[in-house]
Order: sequence, then structure tokens, then C-alpha cells
Amino acid sequence: MTVRFIGSPHTRVDGPRKVTGNARYAADFNQAGQAYAVIVSATVGLGRITEMDGASIERMPGVVAVITHHNAEKLPYLPHKAVIDPAEGERLHVLQDDQVRFYGQPVAVVVADTLDDAERAAAALRISYDARRPIVDHAGDEVKAIVPDAATRPGARTLADRSRGEADAAVANAAVKVDENYDIARENHNPMEPHATIASWNGERLTLWSKSQYLVNEQAEIAAIFGLPLENVEVVCPFIGGAFGTSLRTWPHVTLAALAARHIRRPVKLVLTRKQMFFTTGHRPRTLQRIALGATPEGALAGMVHEGTGETSRYEQFMEALTNVTDYLYSCPNVRTQYRLAPLDTSTPNHMRGPGEASGIFAIESAMDELSYKLGIDPIELRRRNEPQLDEAENKPFSSRSLMQCYELGAERFGWTQRTPEPRSMRDGRLLIGMGTATATYPAFHAPASARVRLLADGTAEVEAAASDMGPGTYTSMSQVAAEFLGLPLERVRFRLGRSDYPQTPSHGGSWTMASVGSAIRAACLEVQAQAARRAAADAGSPLSGASVDDLEWSEGLLRRRGDTSPGISYHDIVVRAGVPIEAGGSAQRDPKVAEQYSMHAFGAVFAEVAVDPDVGTIAVRRIVGAYGIGRVVNPLLARSQCTGGMIGGMGMALMERTALDPRDGRPVNAHMADYLMPVNLDIPELEAHFVDEVDPHVNPLGVKGLGEIALVGTAPAIGNAVFHATGKRVRTLPIRIEDMLTA
Amino acid sequence: MTNQHQRSPGEAGTNGHSGPASTLSRRTVLQMAGSAASLAAMSHAEAQSISETQSTVADAGAARPLQLTVNGVSRELEVDPRQSLLDVLRETLDLTGTKKGCNQGACGACTILVNGRRIVSCLTLASMHDGAEIETIEGLEKNGELHPLQQAFVEHEGLQCGFCTPGQIMSGLGCIAEGHAGSPEEIRFWMSGNICRCGAYPGIVAAVADAAGRS
Repeated sequence: MTVRFIGSPHTRVDGPRKVTGNARYAADFNQAGQAYAVIVSATVGLGRITEMDGASIERMPGVVAVITHHNAEKLPYLPHKAVIDPAEGERLHVLQDDQVRFYGQPVAVVVADTLDDAERAAAALRISYDARRPIVDHAGDEVKAIVPDAATRPGARTLADRSRGEADAAVANAAVKVDENYDIARENHNPMEPHATIASWNGERLTLWSKSQYLVNEQAEIAAIFGLPLENVEVVCPFIGGAFGTSLRTWPHVTLAALAARHIRRPVKLVLTRKQMFFTTGHRPRTLQRIALGATPEGALAGMVHEGTGETSRYEQFMEALTNVTDYLYSCPNVRTQYRLAPLDTSTPNHMRGPGEASGIFAIESAMDELSYKLGIDPIELRRRNEPQLDEAENKPFSSRSLMQCYELGAERFGWTQRTPEPRSMRDGRLLIGMGTATATYPAFHAPASARVRLLADGTAEVEAAASDMGPGTYTSMSQVAAEFLGLPLERVRFRLGRSDYPQTPSHGGSWTMASVGSAIRAACLEVQAQAARRAAADAGSPLSGASVDDLEWSEGLLRRRGDTSPGISYHDIVVRAGVPIEAGGSAQRDPKVAEQYSMHAFGAVFAEVAVDPDVGTIAVRRIVGAYGIGRVVNPLLARSQCTGGMIGGMGMALMERTALDPRDGRPVNAHMADYLMPVNLDIPELEAHFVDEVDPHVNPLGVKGLGEIALVGTAPAIGNAVFHATGKRVRTLPIRIEDMLTA
Repeated sequence: MTNQHQRSPGEAGTNGHSGPASTLSRRTVLQMAGSAASLAAMSHAEAQSISETQSTVADAGAARPLQLTVNGVSRELEVDPRQSLLDVLRETLDLTGTKKGCNQGACGACTILVNGRRIVSCLTLASMHDGAEIETIEGLEKNGELHPLQQAFVEHEGLQCGFCTPGQIMSGLGCIAEGHAGSPEEIRFWMSGNICRCGAYPGIVAAVADAAGRS
């Protein structure tokens, strides 16, 4: 029997390291003789530094250097952009001038022998500013929305304006309409691990132990900022303590750590404070959206309008896929989407789990729910009546689409039939009970990636790629992929990631790690097998000597002639006779013809049950059930864990998370893990994740669609729709708060 | 939600049913240790406002002797009196298994056992614990065998990124020792001081329940 590793619920191969404290994250790589750097953050929201006397704190105990715009080296900041950087605008240049562009911008770095000395001196640094009032309220009158430049280019993933048919007229003339506005709060990723970099120079060579979801880009970005050859920079990051997008970009603190280390000619450790993680390391932008739906009395969508605006900074145009889902989610002849940006005096936003889709789908799925009540049609039935046969925006078939199967499976597991349709019709004692559902979707991306496999004389295999594992279980799932294609037991495969000098991979985000890196590992495994077979055939002492490689086949790690029943020879046999390890690289990318031919997305259906206390307005989520069509599931244990974790993130988005800015100076007033509310253990309801059987031969050789984002997308509208069902109160602002319920 | 489960500073994973060591308020800590000595535990803004009123302490950074028994090994140290117990573990002793998640006592990632009680080590000064018995995540594995709670965290998927995991496990040990692991509901309550942003909570509860059942 062939052992199948893909599909096996294996526990994490790195689990023992994580439970013993032996998994080393960026700030754990203490270096001999390291100094500690602390960033001083601007305490005004806009303006100019007029006075900063670094010398006044230089004589404080332990202080090694005070680096400000007065004495910082001028950095080349050569042009460099990766796919995760905003296409328009220029990254923040730190300590290069006296300008303050947003509250919390780094304005100085204090370096000392100990952390305490550095913190104390940093706190004592006096800075004077010529301050102006920043504009930070996205919904304020002073904000002027702009057309994002990159969204006007042909082929842009999110288009500023996209239209088919006559959407506005169709909505206006429709028998049944919904036309509402939605406001979703700014969120911060708040991973448990603060951003951290330890920088160490050896001459003109720089090593960074740095928290990054995109090692090869961090390498390239720092090389560009310092004007170094790429090979002079090495980034190491074997473990990431959660990130959710915040470590996709290389933020200013990485530059500052390297700058400080060069300034004092010693290794420097720089860890952001939790408060600083609300300033300069990205955020899910606050979005304002309008959805207008028009439908026939039978529930056929006649027109859909989706207009959305996201925050960005003054210096970069951050774009996300806010309006994309509306293009392909349902069948509708008349659809218009519009995407704009609101430049504010804040730092640049960044991708946060389900970027764009999570916010866009809250609006569209809240509106669909609202439409279902107006029509008197069950919400699932409404979606069934608008299930498209193809992606009507692209006019392409879906490579696979299991949305209706997801609704069927999810409804059955959730017990949707127990729901009575009328709002406020279900109670548990005093509590109002509500059940809601919503669609989840996310594109099935696949980016070019490469990997390397090395067969060793002890019969084991080493697999390497510059990938990351921020929590989904990359170490484990990639080991499973390699074991599957090599036919080796899992314990004989060692997968290594987290070094920029390993074969190049795309960013660890966008739910494309398994599709991209997994496919590259598969290719490398097949290539190393081909090399080993050639070597065996060419080896006069091998039982397969002289065989045509085409006549040989691998099965469970053994090479034999096709149809032969002999035991065959193992990797061990071949490598030992070769005398050196056998190594091969492989890479994979999506066939452009496939991309041309198919629309590729994952779909899911999320169900939530809430209990609302009618007297005090508290909302408790009681259950969430999600059913997903995500292609092949490599490890169901990890996949379910990722899904339930995403649901918890969605609960935060729906009911808790909001970064509140003081309009006077742009200061985030709740930059603290007790004031920025997030789900804690006691908030957690029963959570179930199910997967429909879905075979998609088109997306990539592994048939996987990715899971990280869709796990969160869809949860917030399911909860919002459940709150409406419980109370009859439709809340179109996230997070939904107790105050919103008091009038319910 | 988080603010329904506030803790006293220094007290991990519980909800205010605290003994003498944990009833210290931040103000009390400041008064006991002197302003400069507490800067490490405060945000810059707070530190700045206090240093304005109480000026400088001349020997703020002067090292003082401290004896700790860490995972069964006696350590004679010279510590800066401003150093938190967390920073002494991580930066002085290079025991980096214990994590700094927020340095504000709000996330639980730095939870360790001090004299058998779970505390958040970021909110307590090392020099206040002379003679203390400290247990950290590094001390649980014995003779190459994982502690049953460590094993349970692996088996029940009680982790994803792993960063909160040392704190969760140390807090779980405290939770079990306190007799607060009698039911999943009870575990959820008494483990709510440890945030897991990946949302591995169901596995964490299952792991603590499993280990509590075994012990």
C-alpha cells in the first residue's frame, strides 16, 4: 500500500521545538557584544522637528549613540519595489530629514549597552516640533478621495472603475432594492511577536535576524536602501510569531537596526514596543463603502453597485482588493465597482489577513442578507438563485467552484433548518438568538517559487526554500509534500526555511504558500529523483546499470525497472555509491494559458449563531461553522486549526477590533493589548471547519487553493447577519458594539 | 472580551482572586522601587512624565546582587534594579523561551512560575525576587521527555505560530495547580490572561484539560 502523506493529519514537526522554548524567533538570536536600540517616536501628527538635542542624553549611563536626522548617515534609498509594496509613491525614508509625516514616525534611535539604559535615555530625549493638525479622519469633510494611479492601468488586480451593463439604472429600476453604506474600522494586526531585528555587520556584509514574511524581499529592500550588492545581505528568520501581513513589507525599524549597527560598529538588537506596532508597521485601512443591490421579486439580481474607499498615507498609495469579490460572486448582468483612496496624515496601511476581500465581503454579504429579508427568501436560497455558471466579469469558467456544496454541507452541520426566518423570533430564556450566514471567497493565487532537495548518504533528504512559517504549519505541510513525492517516511525528510540564501519563494501571504512553494518542492523532488535514476543507470556496479531512465520508476523511495518485482534500490544505495549527496533544484509557476483560461478562487460558507442580551447589549458568539471548497487539503489537522483561527480573527473584526485615532494629533488612543480588544479564551465559542471534496486540476500541480485568508473572510458578515436575525437591528459599522445594541 | 477579564499587574491568567504578591498596583510598585527603577515597565510617555517630577536617581543603573534559582539551577547575578524579571531571563541569562509580547502585562506571553505561582514576568522587577524559585518553559522537559502538558499542546494543536505557547504552557501549569482546570469552561476563564492571536484557543483548552486529567 502506498503511504499517502498529503491528506494526513500529522501533528506539527516543529511542535516539540515550540513547546520547549527552542523555536528561536528574531529577538531570540542574541549576539555577543550586542547593543540595544530603542526608537523614539514622534509625538506630533504632522510637522517638523525644530530642536532635538541628542547630546543632552549622550552622557547618560550606558548610552553608546544617539542617532537623529542630524547625524544619521545619508542612505542611498535606491529604487526598489516588490509586489507587496504600494505601486505608487515612495517608502518612508527614516532619519533623513526633519519632517514628521504621521504620529509615531521614528525620529531618533538611542543605542545603549543595555535595554534599560536605552529606554531611559530615549525617554529623556527632548524634542521640539513645529506641529500642525494632521487629517486622520477618513470620514471627515477635509478628506479628498483620489483615484489610485495603479488601479487605472490595464490588468490591475483591482480596477478603479469597472462596469458591465448599466448597473445604476438597473438598481434604480429594480422592484426590490438595498442601498446602504458601510464603515469598517482601522485594525492592527497585533501578532503576538513584536517586530524585531538584530543587525550585525561584518565589513560590508550584513546579517539580519529579522521578523519577515518575505525574506528575499527584505534582503533586496535593505540592499537597495543601503546601496549594497544583494549578496551582501543575509536575512534569517526560522520562526515568525504570527504576522497576518504586518511583516510582508520591510518597515523602517529594519533599516534603523542596520543603520545603528553600522554607526556603532557592533551588533544591535531592536525590538518595537507594542505601542510602536500601532504606528509604522501597517494596518488594515478603515474603509467606507456603499452597496446598492437591485433584484426582481423572485430574487434574481438585476444590478449591483459597489463603491469603496480605503485609507492610505500621503506618501504611498496602498491598494487592496476591496471591490473585487463583487465582480464574480454572483450572477448579475449589471455590475459597477469603484475603488478610491483617501490619503491621510498616517503611516501607510498594509495587507491584513484577507486584505480587501474581508472588508468588501462584509459590505456585499450584509447587503445580500438585507435583500433576502426584503424579498422574503431564505438567505441561502437567494444565493442559489444567483449562482453563476461562470465568472461573468472575466467571461471565463471557474476552475472549480463549490459554493453551493459549501452551503449545503455547512447548513447541515450547523442545523440551519432549526432557524425561524423572522428577526427576534428565536430566544433562549432572556437572550435573543440569531443565526446568520455569509459567503467567503478568496483568489487561488500561485506565484513563481523554487526549492532544492538534497539526498544524503544516510537515506534522508534535506529540502530548502526561502519560505516562512508564521503559524499555518509550513514546516509540517511542506515536509509532507516532499515525503509524498520522494516516497520517504516523514521523519526522513527535513524541510528548512527562513533564510534568504535558500531558493527564492514569494511572500508568505496571500494564501499562496502551499500552491507556490509546495509546487516547487514537488518539482525539485521529481528532478532529484530523475538525477538519482540517471546516476543509478550510469553506475556500472548498480543492478540498474545500463537501463534506460525511461524504463525506471520510483515507488515508495525505491527505484526499479517498470514491472519488475525486485526490491529495487534506495536513495541510500545510490547516494552511497555516488559518494556525494545528490542535489537538485526545482521551480514552478502557473501556466499562463491556464490563467488565461480559468477564473480561480476558493469559496466557502460561514454560519454563526449569536446570543444578544437585550438588556445590556452584550453579544456572545455561540457557534461558528464554516464549510470550504479549497481544493486538496494537505493536512486536515492544520487546515482545521487555520480555519478556526481565522474565524476567531473574524470575530475580532466583527465585534472587537478598532484602532481609534485622536483627531487632534493622530495618536492611536488604544495602542495597548488590553485596550485594543481581541478575542480571549473565554470568548471562544464552538467552532467547526469542514471541507467539501473538491478536485481542481487547474490551479496548480498539487490542486490546492490556499486557506489562510478565506478562513477569516466571511466570518464578520455571518456574525453581523446573525446579530440582525437576533435583534432586528442592522449594524453596518464594524466593530458592532454594545452601544449599537442598546437601541435594538 | 479582553476588558472583561482584567488582571492585577503581575498576576497572570487570573481574574483578580489574587494573593499578596499580586495585589500590588502599578502605583505601589513605583513607590516601592523608585521611579527610575520602574522605567522598564512603562511606556515612554509615562516614563517621561514621572521622570519630570521625580528627577533622576543617581545610581539608577547600578548593579545589585540577586540570587535566583532558575529551573533548579542557582544563579548569582548582578542586575540593574530597573530590569524586569523577563528581561533578566531573556537578555541576561539568554533564556529566550519566555517571550515578550507586549511588556504591559496584557498578553501573557511572558508567563512564568515564581515560587510555584504564575505571573507575567514583564511586570515585575527582578530585584524584588531575591531567593525566588523560577520555572520557565526551558525547565519542563526532563531527560528528553516532554512534560505531559507540552506533549498535549503538540497533540491537540494548542499552537500555531508558537510565540504565545511558552506563556500558555506555564499558565496552563498554574491553572492546573490552582485547581482551575475542572471543566473546559473553567479552563477558558482561567486561561483568558494569555492571548493567542492565531486563535489556537480550542486546542489550548483541550491540551490543558487533557494534561489536568492525566495529572
